[in-house]
Amino acid sequence: MTIGLGHYLSVAAILFTVGVLGIFLNRKNVIVILMSIELILLAVNINLVSFSSFLGDIVGQVYALIVLTVAAAEAAIGLAILVAYFRNRGSIAVEDINLMKG
Amino acid sequence: MYEAIVVLPLLGAIIAGVVALVGARNRYPGENPPPPHDDHAAPPVPEHVHAGPSPYAAHAVAQESHEGQPPAEPSAAGSLPAELITSTFLVIACVLSWVAFYEVGFEGQDARITIFSFITSGDLHSEWALRIDPLTAVMLVVVTTISSLVHIYSIGYMDEDPYKPRFFAYLSFFTFAMLMLVTADNLVQLFFGWEGVGLASYLLIGFWYYKPEANAAAIKAFLVNRVGDFGFSLGIFAVFYLTGAIDFDTVFAQAPSLVGKTFHFLSWDVDALTAVCLLLFMGAMGKSAQFLLHTWLPDAMEGPTPVSALIHAATMVTAGVFMVARLSPLFELAPDAKSFVVFIGATTAMFAATIGLVQNDIKRIVAYSTCSQLGYMFVAMGSGAYSIGMFHLFTHAFFKALLFLGSGSVILAMHHEQDIRHMGGLWRKIPFTYAMMIIGTLALTGFPFTAGYFSKDAIIEADDVAKGAMSSYGFIMTVGAAALTSFYSWRLIFKTFHGVPHDRHHYEAAHETSKFMLVPLAILAFGSIAAGWPLLGLFTGEGALGFFRESLKYAPGNTVLESMEHLPLEIALAPTAMMIIGFLVAFQFYIRRPDIPARLARDQRVLYEFLLNKWYFDEIYDFLIVRPLLWLGRVLWKGGDGFVIDGFGPDGVSARVLDVTRNVVRLQTGYLYHYAFAMLIGVAGFFTWFMLSGPR
Repeated sequence: MTIGLGHYLSVAAILFTVGVLGIFLNRKNVIVILMSIELILLAVNINLVSFSSFLGDIVGQVYALIVLTVAAAEAAIGLAILVAYFRNRGSIAVEDINLMKG
Repeated sequence: MYEAIVVLPLLGAIIAGVVALVGARNRYPGENPPPPHDDHAAPPVPEHVHAGPSPYAAHAVAQESHEGQPPAEPSAAGSLPAELITSTFLVIACVLSWVAFYEVGFEGQDARITIFSFITSGDLHSEWALRIDPLTAVMLVVVTTISSLVHIYSIGYMDEDPYKPRFFAYLSFFTFAMLMLVTADNLVQLFFGWEGVGLASYLLIGFWYYKPEANAAAIKAFLVNRVGDFGFSLGIFAVFYLTGAIDFDTVFAQAPSLVGKTFHFLSWDVDALTAVCLLLFMGAMGKSAQFLLHTWLPDAMEGPTPVSALIHAATMVTAGVFMVARLSPLFELAPDAKSFVVFIGATTAMFAATIGLVQNDIKRIVAYSTCSQLGYMFVAMGSGAYSIGMFHLFTHAFFKALLFLGSGSVILAMHHEQDIRHMGGLWRKIPFTYAMMIIGTLALTGFPFTAGYFSKDAIIEADDVAKGAMSSYGFIMTVGAAALTSFYSWRLIFKTFHGVPHDRHHYEAAHETSKFMLVPLAILAFGSIAAGWPLLGLFTGEGALGFFRESLKYAPGNTVLESMEHLPLEIALAPTAMMIIGFLVAFQFYIRRPDIPARLARDQRVLYEFLLNKWYFDEIYDFLIVRPLLWLGRVLWKGGDGFVIDGFGPDGVSARVLDVTRNVVRLQTGYLYHYAFAMLIGVAGFFTWFMLSGPR
């Protein structure tokens, strides 16, 4: 069995779905949400890299690197916000974070 | 000079008012005064009334809060200057008034002084103007004399009250308003004075604002007067509608041409002059506490006693009588209205006298007596004997003020006891007051050659010779009321000053009051005796025509004044006979056989209760007017305002918007994953749309 483009895209789709579900179904911890976002971004990366490889276009891999950079920055900022939030509120449980309630 | 008479009391009122305000500001800088009822002992409760089921309990409370304690609050700063300034101004005004009386009455120097223009609107012109004619001059003398005496008396009477500047400001303001009323040159100015005295009356009845009864009485007086004023203002409108003017000269000149004119009102033709006079008389009924609109006067006794003497006996309540006299050119042309005036006056005279028979509050007896005597005046007015009505007004002012101030002296001597059942035997303790009260009573009952004798007999005689539809009714009622007057007046004297003391404690403590109070009493007593004979020639018979000249008009057929001089002897003696009968019955009841009244009250239970409860007028009004109005108010409040306006009006619309937003707000749960989910659904939706709609 040759591993074709379809397999790569399937893995990416599965990862993306896991990431999305991780955001919705998680009721415990904001860190899990951050991790899920990383998963979604990785799924995108896999898409970019696989298309780049199959189409022979290096631009896709350049984009993947840019996405990785953004993801790293996002993770850093997200974690920093979490730490600050925890200091202020003493909890980072998703259930407790509902200050935006109307 | 005339300006000075009117303006001096106003000046006094302003000065005393400023003193009161400045004093209040210094006393409570930066905050409102604490409500005095927080502290029961704080305000002296100088008077109280035994209304309600347990007079003794009320008495005990008042005693407790008063006895042996100086008022917790000291007199307001500047009390003495306020007293002296207002009193001095009034005395000056009084002296000037007597000069004016002489100049206008005897030298015939009528005057009309325009001060400045008041209203100019289309055809309506109104000026502040002083109209000085004999009628005004008489009223000027009455008002300023009684007012200055009451001012002086109040210095003594209100000695313990902490709010003296305010009191004197009100008193002087009242005097000013009353002077504006009597010097009015047009109906609007008359109305200004009319409402001014109403306001002053309200303020003074409610002077002890920490007493709930006083507040209630003040509001009652104000509201009942509004009923009368409603008619009065309609009458003024009607006069303007008919004549296009409101100043007296123009209106009176046009009056003869109005005879026989009719109003068309709701497919109903009414005689214009009769309607106008009846409407104007409605105002007089309210102000002068006549039958049906009398209920406020006895309650007004909640005010301080000098106020009762000045406003609710001598001056303000006679404003109605004065108004009818002033408008005599109109009333003379409306015989039906005059008959109505006689009917109301005679009914009041009788009705108030019957209530006076059984009352126990010393001030209320005198108040009902006032009501009754005002009825006499209206009988004279309605009979066409205007000068005689004015005569009784003049003499009544003296002896009724004397009786009220004397009662005040008794009340003060008895330590704010007002119930005559608790008095008795006081003549030994306060002989001077006793003598003064006797003089007042003699004058009131019409003892020969006192002031009341001449004026009251003149009314009864005038009524006998008058030719109106109601004259005989008026005659019978006034003669009957004369006997009742005599009875209740002597009952008051006997129960207060004779017999055994019923309250030994108060009796022992009773003492004659200060000079400030006794001197005015003496002056008034002199007036009560001497005001009759010298003025008889001026106010009755041919002399009245010469004295009042143009200020009182008589229709050509009105010969009351002439025909009074040829009266059968038995008619002339009837009032005196009635007076003697009343005296003898009272003497029998309260001196010789003190057990009779109690037995009579037991035997005639129904009648006694009927009279004691003032013919149940308060209850009837409560049932007929107060309750339906309260019910209506509640319906409009709950149903109209609460349900309709708040439900569907502006508030309703805003409430619906709030309801919608409240539901929308629920969408904002605050949970991150809900927002993320919404975002994802949105993104997915967009994608689906783009994919399905295809590339463009």
